[in-house]
Amino acid sequence: MGSGGDIVKARSSVWRVILGRDLRMAGRRRIDALLPVVFFVVAVTLFPLGVGPEPQMLRQMAPGVVWVCALMASMMSVTAMYSVDHADGTLEQMVISGQSLVAIAAAKALVHWLTTGLPLLVMSPVLGVLFDVRAEALAALCLGLLLGTPILSLLGGVGSALTLGLRSGGVLLILLVLPLTIPALIFGAGAVSAVDAGISPAGHYSLLGALLILSALGAPLATAAALRIALH
Amino acid sequence: MRLFTFAAPSRFYGLSGALLPWLWASALLLASAGLYVGFVLAPTDATQGEAYRIIYIHVPAAWMSMVLYLAMAGWAAVGWAWNVRLASMLARAIAPTGALFAFIALWTGALWGKPTWGTWWVWDARLTSQLILLFLYLGFMALVEAIDDPKRSDQAGALLAVIGAINVPIIYFSVRWWNTLHQGASVSMTAAPKMASIMLTAMMVMTFAFWAYAFAVVFTRTRAIILEREQDADWVRTLVREEAVDA
Repeated sequence: MGSGGDIVKARSSVWRVILGRDLRMAGRRRIDALLPVVFFVVAVTLFPLGVGPEPQMLRQMAPGVVWVCALMASMMSVTAMYSVDHADGTLEQMVISGQSLVAIAAAKALVHWLTTGLPLLVMSPVLGVLFDVRAEALAALCLGLLLGTPILSLLGGVGSALTLGLRSGGVLLILLVLPLTIPALIFGAGAVSAVDAGISPAGHYSLLGALLILSALGAPLATAAALRIALH
Repeated sequence: MRLFTFAAPSRFYGLSGALLPWLWASALLLASAGLYVGFVLAPTDATQGEAYRIIYIHVPAAWMSMVLYLAMAGWAAVGWAWNVRLASMLARAIAPTGALFAFIALWTGALWGKPTWGTWWVWDARLTSQLILLFLYLGFMALVEAIDDPKRSDQAGALLAVIGAINVPIIYFSVRWWNTLHQGASVSMTAAPKMASIMLTAMMVMTFAFWAYAFAVVFTRTRAIILEREQDADWVRTLVREEAVDA
């Protein structure tokens, strides 16, 4: 028989093709790829200007501010995840190619995380320093973002596929996805507060990890279903 | 087998038309009875004074908002999985009523919180998750309204409602743990004192009144959606013509 092996091979190849293609495209449109990080930095910078520069308050606010701005930056860039391919017809070709849509959705989410989540993660220690965050809390913030930002990319993929080609797609997507990301926000920012309070943040990491596993298993399936709904 | 005959929009239209006067009447009667028992007959609460009486609206509204979300997600899923048009229309018709009840629960909660807790709002786990439930309703309504093609709109709404239903318990527990970690709200609604039976009666009557209202308004809205979507069907044309003759 051996067809099962062939299917697995086809899936892994479509996954690799999408990954390579989308990363190469992001590399060619470097400014586009950097926009979410720039937005993230600018948005975080506004908070001390709005609230006041007292170090004590900034330290307390930092995890929440960084997390909320990371959420916003991810949501703003996630709209383009499918809309660009949809506009030029590539997405239809992907759907009728008979390749696994779940593999395509997973690859797209991974590319989004590599081009948005990872840069946010790299920038966050710098912003943490601006907010006078201690080293241990900074490590907790980064670990939380490492576990949490992939969740944002995965859930954002579902929203992006659901709102494909709609008039008010961008704002609508934010309304749909933000409530679903609340648990990630709570545990990600909570890990930092726990470290600040001298409690072990291990529980927060475990829950973030559980959310990550759940969304990694569920979100590509939901995204594939949403793509099928949108393109039929 | 015979129950499924009402899955046809035309038969449902007839059945719901016959039921509607009874539903509206029972909603009105039950609400007047419940409000009379709750606002006039029930005694004043020893600790909270008269302000407690808002629970006769607040608690049933909060219950309805949760039940209706599950009903909405359930009907939407049925409509998506088995291609039942009426189920998708029901889901769409339930959403505004569920959102209304979620809003009423939040609003009456604030009105009760001001005299009792001294504040309109606390970031209590229940209040916060109720607010998020309202956001989920708004997201569903915004998505189905944004898609013009009815079939895509129904299916996309179903997917979103199902994802939301899976997320509701996750959100609830994360908000609860977040709340205990922050130790913000010192007041809790979980340690409610035992309720006098007349108070419980009023609350149950009000719950039934809200159920009747929900059925009545959802059926009315479903009938409007049926007419809109089936406007090219023969039975709708005949119906419209007959009503034009009557008038």
